[in-house]
Amino acid sequence: MNPTDGNDSADSDPVVDAVGRESVEDRQSDTRPRSSITGHDQQGQALTDGGTVSEFEQMADVSMTTAERRRQWFEEKILAPGRIVWDDWRARTGAFIVLVYLLMGTLGPLLVTAPQPNQGPRLIGAFRSLQYPLGTTASGESIFAQIIHATPSMLVMIASGAVFTVVLGTAVGTLAGYKGGRTDSALMTVTDIMMTIPGLPLTIVLAAALQIKGNPAVIGILITVNAWAGLGRAIRSQVLTLRDSEYVEASRIMGIKTPTIITGDIIPNLMPYITMNFVQQARAVIFGSVGLYFLGVLPYNNVNWGVMMNAAVERAGAVSSPLAFHWLLMPMLTIIVLALGLTLLAQGADRIFNPRVRARHAKSIGGGDDDDDGDDEDGDPPTTSTTAPGMSTAGGS
Amino acid sequence: MNYIFKRLSQSLLTVFVVVSASFGLVRLLPGGPMDYLRAQMIQQGSDLSSAEINRRIAAQTNIAVDEPLYVQYLDYMIAMVQGNFGQSIWYEEPVASIIGPAIPWTVFLTASALFLAFTVGISLGAFMAYKEGSSFDIASTGIGLFLNSTPSYVVALLLIAFLGYRFQLFPTGGRYASELTTGFNIPFLASVAYHGVLPIMSMALVGFGGWALSMRGNSIRVLGEDYLRVARLRGLSTRRIAIRYVARNAILPMYTGLMIAIGTVFGGAVIIENIFAYPGVGFYLIQAINARDYPLMMGGFILITVAMVIGITIADLTYGWLDPRAKGGGSRESY
Repeated sequence: MNPTDGNDSADSDPVVDAVGRESVEDRQSDTRPRSSITGHDQQGQALTDGGTVSEFEQMADVSMTTAERRRQWFEEKILAPGRIVWDDWRARTGAFIVLVYLLMGTLGPLLVTAPQPNQGPRLIGAFRSLQYPLGTTASGESIFAQIIHATPSMLVMIASGAVFTVVLGTAVGTLAGYKGGRTDSALMTVTDIMMTIPGLPLTIVLAAALQIKGNPAVIGILITVNAWAGLGRAIRSQVLTLRDSEYVEASRIMGIKTPTIITGDIIPNLMPYITMNFVQQARAVIFGSVGLYFLGVLPYNNVNWGVMMNAAVERAGAVSSPLAFHWLLMPMLTIIVLALGLTLLAQGADRIFNPRVRARHAKSIGGGDDDDDGDDEDGDPPTTSTTAPGMSTAGGS
Repeated sequence: MNYIFKRLSQSLLTVFVVVSASFGLVRLLPGGPMDYLRAQMIQQGSDLSSAEINRRIAAQTNIAVDEPLYVQYLDYMIAMVQGNFGQSIWYEEPVASIIGPAIPWTVFLTASALFLAFTVGISLGAFMAYKEGSSFDIASTGIGLFLNSTPSYVVALLLIAFLGYRFQLFPTGGRYASELTTGFNIPFLASVAYHGVLPIMSMALVGFGGWALSMRGNSIRVLGEDYLRVARLRGLSTRRIAIRYVARNAILPMYTGLMIAIGTVFGGAVIIENIFAYPGVGFYLIQAINARDYPLMMGGFILITVAMVIGITIADLTYGWLDPRAKGGGSRESY
């Protein structure tokens, strides 16, 4: 039984009692036009229980215009995180590296001519000529151009795999952890089964049996086909600690629906963890896809970093011959730098979502007291990123 | 006891689901393995009768195509339970006798690598946490971040290129020197260890950075806890505090990560084994894919999964002994 159910009639309205009958009578004579934001029409306002009280109208008076709201949203979601990222060297470096790769993937193919066989001499070493900055392959293709032209499909693959894992993992983990009981055991049974199946072998078998084409988005999902299970389990255990906190209980008593509570109260608290996992999944997709392309067991449409490594080893024996070693080394460096950027970004992402750091920066937008807060960051222990419970950055492959 | 029973039935269910799914993959996919096998046999000997082709397919895959579907499924499952995983097309041997002997070799590689990475990682991480802010801490964090961003096969390729070919310090492939007699004699075991160095190193090197970083973070968090202050005030020895209080509480949250790592080691080993031409399970799996040897592929996959289910079940059952709070949890229906 909802305790507020009995307060329908205006006579016994506790709010009216608290404010005092006189002030409510005064309001009756007030014929000011109502602000449309309160949602009360001018005649009916005395009969509704909450809208008659002056405090509620005051809120309406200071309500923001759409433009103001948009500006505040921009400040909260874009400016404040931007400042936090700029404050932390790890986040700054990570964001810079990821930005460079995004540019490589979008503008790169437009600026650099596509690699072609016999466009230059064979097996020029790296950093020997300006025309082929990273050297050429055994068939005379520019390695630099190959790396650039492989980037767009790699980015699509990474994004699709990471989004797939994070969305599915978060949905399953929050639902199971919050609902508990049968839902929980059913979802966790499925999760445990998926978690136990070895990931890369499963990908290999599925790729062979399903006869899929080389669409990078599909490959991305295939690489992370069961990675959501581990994330779902980890998120569930975090939700278990959150579901009994006061504000969640308050929402529940107010009769808010489960999906709303999950998206409104639970998931925002898990955002640091989810973001961190998004970045780690992105890294896992790179590692997995390049590894499997290197082995030559995945279909592909055009050249990519793993296929380059495969060609270097298979066609030029890059492992044993120093002459072709750059052909192998350059794609490997490309992967390592991108993975390093993502790792650094994951470390910084924690700070973006850390409410304490965030509040400090958001405040500085409105109050203009940047000077007070500017140097505080250094006082924070530089360890926040790795201290979240149950968070492991480790993984075998 | 109830917990153990639940856990074991869960493991059996996992194996059941995987085997059923493999039946679905082989039998039901249009244009999938079955059609491929049939097309290949027709191509090889056009004089074969349809019944003869079906008989050969049944011998290879345990699936008799001319029976009703549920009979095919039952036969397949019964054959699997009996340890009959079909006949490899490429090696012309039963799948079980190819994959079975390869499993210990893979487990040797992955278990040693995981053990090395984990012990070195957590010791280093704890030490970094005690020396927080020192130049040692900063340097180790940097190295840890870098190694954590490097795939194991990149390390493997670098190790094999430099230590294997250029400086000729370690063998570049194989499980042991071929002229030795297998068995528990010292030259053979030494050769096994010698051949294992590079594969194990490449997996352990990339692993320990991640463990060190999370152990460092967890230890720093534990070091700030109130119960630790109480422990110090009680005058407990530093050693006791470090091991019983800090280490134990800092390692527990990494348990999920350890479980997932056990899950990924087989995946990691697939690539490593192929780089070092190390005939473990992953090596045969890729051989099977390249030769389109579907019975070997599915049998290898099922056996890898079973090995992993066993490994994770053991890890899971020992966890209750490590952390008494682990049992139960959020099993009650709430909202």
